[in-house]
Amino acid sequence: MKKTVFFGAVSAAALVAGAASATTLEDVKERGKLNCGVTTGLVGFAAPDANGNWEGFDVALCRAVAAAVLGDPNAVEFVPTTGKTRFTSLASGEIDMLARNTTWTFSRDNDLKFEFTGINYYDGQGFMVPKDLGVTSAKELDGATVCIQTGTTTELNLADFFRKNNISYEPVPIETNGEAQQQYLAGACDAYTTDASGLAATRATFETPGDHVILPEIVSKEPLGPLVRHGDNEWGDIVRWTLNALVAAEELGVSSANVGEMSASAGDSPEINRLLGTEGNLGEMLGLENDWAKNAIMAVGNYGEVFEKNIGQNTPIGLARGLNAQWTDGGLLYSPPFR
Amino acid sequence: MSDTHSESISFVRESFLPEVPPPAAEAGPVKWLRANLFSGAVNSVMTLLALALLIYILWGFLPWLLGGNWTASNIRECREIFQGSGAGCFAVLTERWNQLLFGFSYPPSEYWRPTLSLLLLAVVIAPVLFSHLPRWLLIVTALYPFTAYWLIWGGTIFTPVMALAGVIAGYFAYRRAVERGFAVGLLAGLVVALFVWWLGGLAAASEPDSLALERVPSRDMGGFMLNMILGVVCVSLSLPIGILLALGRQSSLPIVKWICVVFIEFIRGVPLITLLFVANVVLAYFLPPGTNFDLILRVIIMITMFASAYIAEVIRGGLAALPRGQYEAADSLGLDYAQAMRLIILPQALKISIPGIVNVAVGLFKDTTLVSIISMFDLVGMIRGPILASTDWNGVYWELFGFAALLFFVVCYGISQYSQWLERKLATDHR
Amino acid sequence: MTTFTDPQQDGGFRLSMLLNDTRYRGLTFQFIALLLLIGFMAFLGMNLVSNLAAAGLNISYEFLGEPAGYDINQRLIDYTSQSTHFRAAMVGLLNTLLVAVLACLTATVIGVVAGVARLSSNWLVAKVMSLYVEAFRNVPVLIWILIIGTIVQQGPSPRVYLGDDPERGLFLGFFAFTNRGLTAPAPVWLEGSIWVVGVFLASIVGVFLYRRFVRKALYDSGRLYPVFWPSVAILLIPAIVTYFLLGQPIGIDMPDVLANRFNLQGGFEIQRPLIALWLALSVYTGAFIAENVRAGIMAVSKGQTEAAASLGLRPRRIMNLVVLPQALRVIIPPLISNYLNITKNSSLAIAVGYADITATLGGITLNQTGRAIETVLLLMLFYLMISLLISAVMNVYNASVSLKER
Repeated sequence: MKKTVFFGAVSAAALVAGAASATTLEDVKERGKLNCGVTTGLVGFAAPDANGNWEGFDVALCRAVAAAVLGDPNAVEFVPTTGKTRFTSLASGEIDMLARNTTWTFSRDNDLKFEFTGINYYDGQGFMVPKDLGVTSAKELDGATVCIQTGTTTELNLADFFRKNNISYEPVPIETNGEAQQQYLAGACDAYTTDASGLAATRATFETPGDHVILPEIVSKEPLGPLVRHGDNEWGDIVRWTLNALVAAEELGVSSANVGEMSASAGDSPEINRLLGTEGNLGEMLGLENDWAKNAIMAVGNYGEVFEKNIGQNTPIGLARGLNAQWTDGGLLYSPPFR
Repeated sequence: MSDTHSESISFVRESFLPEVPPPAAEAGPVKWLRANLFSGAVNSVMTLLALALLIYILWGFLPWLLGGNWTASNIRECREIFQGSGAGCFAVLTERWNQLLFGFSYPPSEYWRPTLSLLLLAVVIAPVLFSHLPRWLLIVTALYPFTAYWLIWGGTIFTPVMALAGVIAGYFAYRRAVERGFAVGLLAGLVVALFVWWLGGLAAASEPDSLALERVPSRDMGGFMLNMILGVVCVSLSLPIGILLALGRQSSLPIVKWICVVFIEFIRGVPLITLLFVANVVLAYFLPPGTNFDLILRVIIMITMFASAYIAEVIRGGLAALPRGQYEAADSLGLDYAQAMRLIILPQALKISIPGIVNVAVGLFKDTTLVSIISMFDLVGMIRGPILASTDWNGVYWELFGFAALLFFVVCYGISQYSQWLERKLATDHR
Repeated sequence: MTTFTDPQQDGGFRLSMLLNDTRYRGLTFQFIALLLLIGFMAFLGMNLVSNLAAAGLNISYEFLGEPAGYDINQRLIDYTSQSTHFRAAMVGLLNTLLVAVLACLTATVIGVVAGVARLSSNWLVAKVMSLYVEAFRNVPVLIWILIIGTIVQQGPSPRVYLGDDPERGLFLGFFAFTNRGLTAPAPVWLEGSIWVVGVFLASIVGVFLYRRFVRKALYDSGRLYPVFWPSVAILLIPAIVTYFLLGQPIGIDMPDVLANRFNLQGGFEIQRPLIALWLALSVYTGAFIAENVRAGIMAVSKGQTEAAASLGLRPRRIMNLVVLPQALRVIIPPLISNYLNITKNSSLAIAVGYADITATLGGITLNQTGRAIETVLLLMLFYLMISLLISAVMNVYNASVSLKER
């Protein structure tokens, strides 16, 4: 008897699928929801809270894109993915975009046929050790046992670092960040390595964060960014420019507090006007409404606000802007002009 | 007479002596202790060892359990309260029980729906389990899948109603056409059912909001509910498929036989986790371009395949255990293959296979926890993912894993006890 | 009198006979089945081709020859991060086999002990054993692996053993139990050690020969020779004598507590992930084997036990000589499937950080190369081969046991 429900479900799924159309943008609009791939849980970047609402730095980007495309930041279906499943989910069309602290690498871009649409966080791999070990540099970790969360570029960087410095280590591969924390805290590993932002986020959840230090060495470049499928350039542009809009908004002083006022009528700054759609037709060029960027900024705030709210100094994670400051402040964030 | 006797024999007892209690060492608890615990040196040592082990475990376990805290709002509060005494921080269960049971996305206002489905399951499964209940109750059981689907996934009531209508129409078509042969009947039933489903699909799509419960997408299923859904759905689906596979493997048609053998041996030769990888990262490439099954459906497909191979082997054992005479008797009555199987062979073979099937079902239900490895938030996935990673509860493992183990134990132990009861009952029937 | 003539015989072949004539119906069904199968395969294949084309991907196993780039904590063969992905898969495969073989051995021991103890006349022991069996049979293996993985983590940090003035000395001066694993002295094979090993191996053969002699003597003359102590003597004395005669050619590599500040170095180390997985699989499957053993023993009719008892055999001999040999025939087939289950369940290794083939090939390699279809297919192929191999070996053994039935 269950069989029939099953077939019913299959045929229903096939019906839905039959309606699938050519471009991702049309798909998303028709569905009325954005399917966004995130991690299975990394506090500060993407994690469900006690009520099951997703929040975090990557989540905000998903919400911004949803607001830009659909006008509703809550029209997002968050699809948790593991390091193993994220690329298949994206390639097979299960998700429309992946915002899962994924490092932009050559082979992912070209061999796996994805398109990175920008960098929302400049990161690098670091090490965390208990303070009482007295280790001050990663080069002193000769013979140590190191916990690694698998499914990232972490394993490769780690192997390279230790080989380059001609020191030995014992890797312990671990699937989830939660278990890595558990093993590290139980003393089963001497050091825990992952992206420096992840280390800070992890340390923030400890009982006594002060007992652990993040070593100064950053052993890799980890430009993290959202990615989409290769070949659908319109959709890629939408994700790229939504991110750029958030960055540009910070540079131009547009925030969620003043965006309503600023977009009510054209102001003095032509670039702000173009960004917020009070002048020109940038939205139309993207295939969106003219107030797309306004919606995105209104929903989540500008890049700086997103940063401060989720991972900034006043949050338990407490990351400094560092490389992720605006170029005007000595960082690397540099949005192409809106014109 | 009595006189002579009394004179010739000095003493004859005329009444029983009052019963004397057995020696203290041979009665009551002492005897029991001696017989069962201290019947020899080796036995005594083993008893003491077992006792020591039990006391050791309880010594650690009881303070943890009884001294536990159920009200703190995060682990730091727990630690403050305990001051290192090592008692259990069960507050995580009171705070996150809804996530553990329903996952974090199922709308809280709708929790009554899966709960009701579970209660209904307990009710409607009764006619299947207890053979003395009236047989017409089985119709209620047959209606359950449609009700449960509507309750758990929501949406318009037309979807399950139309699915049901398709089944009924198909059944009647089958009844009409079965006179011309079983295969013809099956085909006719299938065609009619598909037609009704197609019509029903259109109808349901045009009226998406009439008599609708709030729709819950499968992605939002989680927690123990997901384990239950996967377990129940996959076991129910794999039974008919398993029977077909078993029959195919016993068949005299070489091609059919080899297809079944290869399928069964392949599935049984690989771990479930690889099949779940297939569901998760590979299956999407084998579906028509543009189709988009959600993960839960793909997982159901793969777990069903997995379970049906094991059930097929159990049923094959049942088929092989039937005496040859049963097959020959069926043939000599002039029954064709379908009739012989349906009326003579399968009812007996299935009866023999029940304990095996229950074992597979329990094993499968336990294996549904593996979906946590492919980023689904079942009970174990919720614990390993969102709960242990959260700032509030990072570091509470024993309480969570203990809770998960307890839930599974209660369900699986219940099923296996029932199976043993059934076994005993069937065994007396045979005598 | 009507005579039945088969209508087909004079009517020749008609199309409807394909469905109605039992001679042809089988063929028709098979043909349809084959057609459906081919159609289904073609459907999947075409989907795969068009999906891959749409995504611009291809199927290629070239990545197997490229450097893996990651390290593996436990290796039975030489491996560095510069070795190929294929070699990484082989390391994983050997690790899978290692933990499977170890767990099969211990699970059998645990299972037999628990199964026999569950039938013990000692009430408390029987109850404790059924508690063990039910607790492990009714809770998912993944939960047990996670729980036991956490238990194994509770050991002391290796740092308590380290340094010039350690908090704690090595256990018996040799062993260290830490939350990284178990460290023990390793033998160092110097020149001439081959002879000691050779003599030891010969002694093992000698023990078997002696046992055969004892049995033959028992059957022929009824004389019962002692078995245990002579066996120990045959096993050890010649090897020890050779060892000293050749001037102690086997040295000991002690765990070094001064090598670095994190871990003990040198010696022989069994790492924690292996211990955790080994332990978890053993006790989990042991519970299942215990049930099989119990069922097997109960399948031996009580008359056999009573007959043996009336011959004056002691309980242990009854068990060893009468009950177990008969029970073995009932126990072996489910035992094989339990061994297969151990192998398959070892694929959950990553939950405790053990680098089996699912963790290397199906985990890190898959992540790094993104070649999902290729790696998953290869992974299934490896498991299929292991399973078929175990089934084959165990079936041979099963056949040798059942042959004794008269």
